[in-house]
Amino acid sequence: MSDVTRLVVGPFNRVEGDLEVRLDVAEGRVTRAEVNAPMYRGFEQMLAGRPPQDALVIVPRICGICSVSQSAAAARALADAQGIQAPPNGAHAINLMLAVENLADHLTHFYLFFMPDLTRPVYAARPWFAETQRRFAAGAGVHARAALAARQRWFEILGTLGGRWPHTHSLQPGGSTRAIDAAERLRLLARLREFQGFLETTLFGAPLDEVAGLADEAALQAWHAADPQRGDLRLFLGIAADLGFDRLGPGPGRYLSYGAYAQPAGAGADFALARGLWNAADGRLHPLALNSITEDVSHAWLADGGHAQRHPAMGLTLPDADKPGAYTWNKAPRLAGQVVETGAIARQLASGQPLVRAAVARCGGTVYTRVLARLVELARVVPMMAGWLAAIQPREPFCLSQPLPDEAEGVGLTEAARGALGHWLRVERGRIAGYQIVAPTSWNFSPRDTAGTPGALEAALQGAPVQPGEATPVAVQHIVRSFDPCMVCTVH
Amino acid sequence: MAALKVLWLQSGGCGGCSMSLLCADTADFPAMLAANGIEMLWHPALSLASGDELISLLEDCIAGRQRLDALCIEGALLRGPQGTGRFHLLAGTGKPMTEWVQRLAGVATHVLAVGSCAAWGGITATGPNPTEACGLQHEDDHRGGLLGADFRARGGLPVINIAGCPTHPGWVLDTLMALAAGLFGADDLDALGRPRFYADQLVHHGCTRNEFYEFKASAEKPSDLGCMMEHLGCKGTQAHADCNTRLWNGEGSCTRGGYACISCTEPGFQDPGHAYHLTPKIAGIPIGLPTDMPKAWFVALASLSKSATPRRVKHNATADHVVVAPAVKKTRLK
Repeated sequence: MSDVTRLVVGPFNRVEGDLEVRLDVAEGRVTRAEVNAPMYRGFEQMLAGRPPQDALVIVPRICGICSVSQSAAAARALADAQGIQAPPNGAHAINLMLAVENLADHLTHFYLFFMPDLTRPVYAARPWFAETQRRFAAGAGVHARAALAARQRWFEILGTLGGRWPHTHSLQPGGSTRAIDAAERLRLLARLREFQGFLETTLFGAPLDEVAGLADEAALQAWHAADPQRGDLRLFLGIAADLGFDRLGPGPGRYLSYGAYAQPAGAGADFALARGLWNAADGRLHPLALNSITEDVSHAWLADGGHAQRHPAMGLTLPDADKPGAYTWNKAPRLAGQVVETGAIARQLASGQPLVRAAVARCGGTVYTRVLARLVELARVVPMMAGWLAAIQPREPFCLSQPLPDEAEGVGLTEAARGALGHWLRVERGRIAGYQIVAPTSWNFSPRDTAGTPGALEAALQGAPVQPGEATPVAVQHIVRSFDPCMVCTVH
Repeated sequence: MAALKVLWLQSGGCGGCSMSLLCADTADFPAMLAANGIEMLWHPALSLASGDELISLLEDCIAGRQRLDALCIEGALLRGPQGTGRFHLLAGTGKPMTEWVQRLAGVATHVLAVGSCAAWGGITATGPNPTEACGLQHEDDHRGGLLGADFRARGGLPVINIAGCPTHPGWVLDTLMALAAGLFGADDLDALGRPRFYADQLVHHGCTRNEFYEFKASAEKPSDLGCMMEHLGCKGTQAHADCNTRLWNGEGSCTRGGYACISCTEPGFQDPGHAYHLTPKIAGIPIGLPTDMPKAWFVALASLSKSATPRRVKHNATADHVVVAPAVKKTRLK
């Protein structure tokens, strides 16, 4: 191993927040990766001692790209502490806001964050290069520009339902503060259909149900072969096959979803997209043991208070910038001691989407399957949203209200675009006594734990190719961005 | 005229001001920038350049090889721990972001704080302020911050504070367009360095709840339609911003969304000294009265208007939808 070279890669842009990756490279491959989140803000420290409801103002500001998800987790933690449940209208309104943000994230990720790397000069000789550049070049690509415009219109749904985005305060423990009337509902439906039009014309070149109905990879390949340039998903599939994205950045094979879009009581299901742990090894969905979640701080610049691993309900966040052996501000979340991956791929696996299950069964969690799962999720969730809009009963309540006990505990779980997000709240004498946040990218980009086991991205980067002379290896960029990292959430 | 060359960097914030920027009301964002003489040298969400490519660009700006007209900083500046700046090292450089910002601010023609974190410290500086966060030229409403009270950018202006949490995309773009056109001077800043085109307004202006405000017909719980000033902590009559006349995301604002204005454009909004969702009062009278309004007037007017509140306004104030519609008169309007 005398020819090992070390690369320090960063800053990564087109991710949310700050990220640095240290790579050991030998014989053109990454042999070891350390993922560093080089910024700390300390939200868990800021929240202590405040009135519990202040969390509804503070926590959305953890993240400007998934602030509604942070709001939803806080509102659920408070609702759990109060023993209150939103009325059906409130549940639908919150799900609509979550879905607007989630799907906007997928759109932004694909058009602005992931695809531009395929317009780099290193790919100039590939047959798909010119068309990819025409569609996706940063600041110039015609489809990227159209996607940005579609995104702006799409967020107007959230402007109505939430007053503004990011950082709405309309999500409350008892529902949503913004009741919508019958005429507004129709206008929202019109906006939804406009976005669907963009997806069907530009992203898929096909109706949403055709994409969501692709049953396996053979069907996907036949669909692609029928018109390989039509729509951006097909273009991506061609590139993914050419560059071997189905072998790049393998995940740990265990996929965590807390369940997305909680349904109102009596709807027949707890979530529109089911909760669970998908284990690719046995091809089965396992129930979640929430009490087996721990956060390990052995390699984080955080004091351990005598315990390197803690359940988040007992969590501690105290910076220790000089801690020996530490290399990041991120903790290492583990489920029953194991590394898991979270995100759209986990939601689609847990909820039984046949194409994503088939693709993961063949090639595991990879750059290809992560991107595919996001695009399939876009095709699946837009029609669900139309259903939730239709289910709203104008003139029925959107928000209930109830006092919060002075002594209480609560857990708020939700799915952000990037995966499982949990808030653990403890209230004592009417004030926040403990507040711990475990964000999706904390799972995916975790450092090593006490046992030395690398986090999901750290393991996924092992074996990534590095071309001669590359200071910021393009394969590393594809792998990192395939997770759609949100570092500001991670280190909050 | 040469385009305004803009460099946008993020430090101790949430990235929400960038995300808000991308919601600007335009059919073609890059074309709108170009048409108005704005050239993004680099922006975290929009640029291809990464890693070593960005670091080279920053070094070119500092060395004068690349002209830098407008340095936009989003997020608070993290001076901790113990003044080392290690709570935010710029990835790939091992150097504190505070150091990069100081060097770049020294060569930029204009320096802009995008959002309340970069302007005052904002949410990042709340409570115990664990990261020693501050703004570029303010720490809450005290001048100073990272660059110091006397800092002037090479163009002659102090830091332009486009405060808001997040800031409105229109506030940022109007400022950049005015700078690009040479139409922005010291008189265009208010006493806190905010662009006056939005800071000389109040959130109260254009609030759809004004009829409820006039009669002090008040919301009592979340989702009620009434005025949120008396019970639910709304500071719209004190907060400087045009949120209810320049709407958010199409047709939104905080008060239209059914929740109180927390005055996120004001220094210190992160620590109001009371729960955000409740109005602090003494003897039943809110402490935070409307800007420019003497207390005695407010008390007299409020009691008078409450006694004159129409039944419709009174009942609708505590409902989440209109329960009493305006009367249909049998005679023509007069």
